[in-house]
Amino acid sequence: MALLLEPSPEQIKVEKVYREMGLNDEEFALVEGILGRLPNYTETGLLSVMWSEHCSYKNSKPVLKRFPTSGERVLQGPGEGAGIVDIGDNQAVVFKIESHNHPSAIEPYQGAATGVGGIIRDVFSMGARPIALLNSLRFGELTSPRVKYLFEEVVAGIAGYGNCVGIPTVGGEIQFEPSYEGNPLVNAMCVGLINHEDIKKGLAKGVGNTVMYVGAKTGRDGIHGATFASEELSEESEAKRPAVQVGDPFMEKLLLEACLELVKCDALVGIQDMGAAGLTSSSAEMASKAGSGIEMNLDLVPQRETGMTGYEMMLSESQERMLIVVEKGREEEIQVIVKKYGLEAVAIGKVTDDKQLRLIHKGEVIADVPVDALAEEAPVYHKPSAEPAYYGEFQAMDVKAPEVNDYNQTLLDLLSQPTIASKEWVYDQYDHMVRTNTVVSPGSDAAVVRIRGTEKALAMTTDCNSRYLYLDPEVGGKIAVSEAARNIVCSGGEPLAITDCLNFGNPEKPEIFWQIEKAADGISEACRTLKAPVIGGNVSLYNETNGVAIYPTPVIGMVGLIENVAHITTQDFKEAGDLIYVIGEAKHEFGGSELQKLVNGEIYGRAPELDLEIEAIRQQQLLSAIRAGVVASAHDIAEGGFAVALAESVMGANGLGASVQVQGEALVELFSETQSRFIVSVKPENKDQFKQFVEATCIGVVTEHTNLIINDSFGKKLVDLQVEELLSSWKGAIPCLLNSKA
Amino acid sequence: MKFAVIVFPGSNCDVDMYHAIKDALEEEVEYVWHDATNLDEYDGILLPGGFSYGDYLRTGAIARFSNVMTEVVKAAEAGKPILGVCNGFQILLEAGLLPGAMRRNEKLKFMCRTIKLRVENNISMFTSEYETGDIISIPIAHGEGNYYCDEETLASLQTNQQIAFTYFGDNPNGSLADIAGITNEKGNVLGMMPHPERAVEELLGSADGIKLFQSIVKQWRLSAYGVTS
Repeated sequence: MALLLEPSPEQIKVEKVYREMGLNDEEFALVEGILGRLPNYTETGLLSVMWSEHCSYKNSKPVLKRFPTSGERVLQGPGEGAGIVDIGDNQAVVFKIESHNHPSAIEPYQGAATGVGGIIRDVFSMGARPIALLNSLRFGELTSPRVKYLFEEVVAGIAGYGNCVGIPTVGGEIQFEPSYEGNPLVNAMCVGLINHEDIKKGLAKGVGNTVMYVGAKTGRDGIHGATFASEELSEESEAKRPAVQVGDPFMEKLLLEACLELVKCDALVGIQDMGAAGLTSSSAEMASKAGSGIEMNLDLVPQRETGMTGYEMMLSESQERMLIVVEKGREEEIQVIVKKYGLEAVAIGKVTDDKQLRLIHKGEVIADVPVDALAEEAPVYHKPSAEPAYYGEFQAMDVKAPEVNDYNQTLLDLLSQPTIASKEWVYDQYDHMVRTNTVVSPGSDAAVVRIRGTEKALAMTTDCNSRYLYLDPEVGGKIAVSEAARNIVCSGGEPLAITDCLNFGNPEKPEIFWQIEKAADGISEACRTLKAPVIGGNVSLYNETNGVAIYPTPVIGMVGLIENVAHITTQDFKEAGDLIYVIGEAKHEFGGSELQKLVNGEIYGRAPELDLEIEAIRQQQLLSAIRAGVVASAHDIAEGGFAVALAESVMGANGLGASVQVQGEALVELFSETQSRFIVSVKPENKDQFKQFVEATCIGVVTEHTNLIINDSFGKKLVDLQVEELLSSWKGAIPCLLNSKA
Repeated sequence: MKFAVIVFPGSNCDVDMYHAIKDALEEEVEYVWHDATNLDEYDGILLPGGFSYGDYLRTGAIARFSNVMTEVVKAAEAGKPILGVCNGFQILLEAGLLPGAMRRNEKLKFMCRTIKLRVENNISMFTSEYETGDIISIPIAHGEGNYYCDEETLASLQTNQQIAFTYFGDNPNGSLADIAGITNEKGNVLGMMPHPERAVEELLGSADGIKLFQSIVKQWRLSAYGVTS
């Protein structure tokens, strides 16, 4: 495997060896200019991986600048391992979402597992205790054997890693669309808790301080993983399986506990995960951020395999490793701490003042590159942007309502669409209770994790309906943020901030770049109006298979603060006799709807409209009512429309039903996906107080009989189904699809 | 009463067990690292769930060789109450403190959900606060909880009333005779797959597990002081 003879600098240039590593001709010329000489093989590797989209955001930087990133509560915005938001009482919440799409497409179990591992390290490298995991997944339709395999293995990988490390996987979402057939999305989010004084950053400060290596040994796995993640998938991708890393959750657990003890030790100066681009990115970024340099002797790097070259060590993406900077002379204090966990901390280098990353291997300097060139000076591209032809066509369309004859059957069919269907089969495999703080488990609008020792809790969710984004990326971006906020509010929380994972196709295509720009605009506007700044995230581009892009999928991970656990609210109806209210009115909006896909087999037309001012007002009203204690249940109306949301509120309630009457056109009332709407139940005695907070229409009552009955304004029955029938469609759908041989 | 929560590398329900004792039961409790060589100061020993040593081999197979296990065996012989939950149960099986073995769940998948248990008897020091036949809600979270033993062992477990809990309704993992938890012959060692420490607060869904811990304290007081409070 080791290259016996690395190509010479001249060969690299003449034979354009750099192209295989991901650099183009202009970028190589730039490298030559910065160094004032030709780079050698190792240096070319360092620069190409650091200049990959995955590490440098060279294509997405101009777009990312549009996001609002500050706010009263924001303690740390984008740029560190994870963002941090103040939640009072000297505590803060730390969170971030990250993609592991390409590895999961090739080797789904390990790809997903190491995605979880990476995001956990991003959070605990800040000094925070990880308290919850979420994940946002996208697959093709659950009918092909390949998709079933990817789905089952991704879920198993997430479970295998998270369960073993002992962090509860409390929520997430899954969408199935043909556009993800060859390119599934695996986005993992981790939420952590920290006291202000424990916040650590990835800084290599203090000339002469010692650079130490903690955690698993370095092997040849994942070499050039970040570069691989910055290319389109094709039939040749299978050959890049060695670029997928292998996870060891037990090692992660030890590393986690050791690092959380390390951050309490004042000999620790800086800490950073060896994530994408491993030793290269962690060392170069820590030095660049601190305005210093780093010199490392690679002979000292703990190695799992023999005969590794400097190139291989620097580009390896072996998992469960941390790079730390320690006050000179206090290395032993660090070693004592990590030894308790059966780990070693090995001094491999020192902080210098010359702003160079200098690598020594077998007595020779094998690389000497400015740290800023690696971490900061990747070229930034302003890609051309062009409105795709389909967008104009969709906007001009007069979308007719899908034809439906039998509302009962349609509701059952919608409930068994895998995107809507119960994800119990999935979260049953995740330990969602470990650490005994999970108040609301997966399956409700947002997961809720209480903060032990306080009255507070955190609500958390991931959301993104990429169909809307495909039809209209700007409106779809607004909807993604708004829906996340609705979920937080429904659970009794106030949105704090978001982290986003921007999954798109190849940005070099103007139509794709247009999607990225528009989505970012929509997200930014919604974040401003709903007062939830972007505190970090991740960009995953080149999500294409054989030239076909995924739907634009900027997944929004949002965390909200619940001031008092007494405010925690779920979507399930609670008691017979409670009044059912609906907030917002349905309009004729079927573009991108679940019903459209079900009936017509494809999506087209305009995405539902969204008025952010109305959205904000309704969310505030509902939250005030919840905080006043007059709301028994709250649920947002999302995919599938009112009927599906109502069914969900009934199915979670133990042995209850509902009887309601709707006013307008039946099809619109039942299945339109008009935004900014909620279904709320209220105890009769709280009715008057509730109406003081919220503008809402009373439509019916929670019943003792276990039927879901929806009548029209003339009293004609539109829907009459037993809750058991609903449950059987909703819960049975995914297991049934997985078991079918088709 | 003073409890020890044994922490192996890879334990991850240690915190849950600790808080169940400290916050819900309001008794004394300390974490004890796996290399401890003396447990004399503790009145009760708790082996929490998790993935000791990653459980890459057979679950619990490496943890049983930890230093502290010699002390756990001593404590068991001395008649102290010893509770192993989930991975703790698996370790007790590997250590030979309880009979039988654990296999992977019948459906070969990890399962996490709240299930119903039947309290099979209330004669043990772990179940005295329940009524025989009580149906309680306790979470499970495991991939290898499919208990197995030979016919002879099963017969003796039944005869000696060593089966403390069985799964009520659905058996989630395929375990023999729906067994969810068993004691040793003397009755002072209990191993169970479900997590009673996750069921001590209504806020989190169930408080049905608290009586198990209350039973331990009450029986310990009875034997130590001849009184129950």
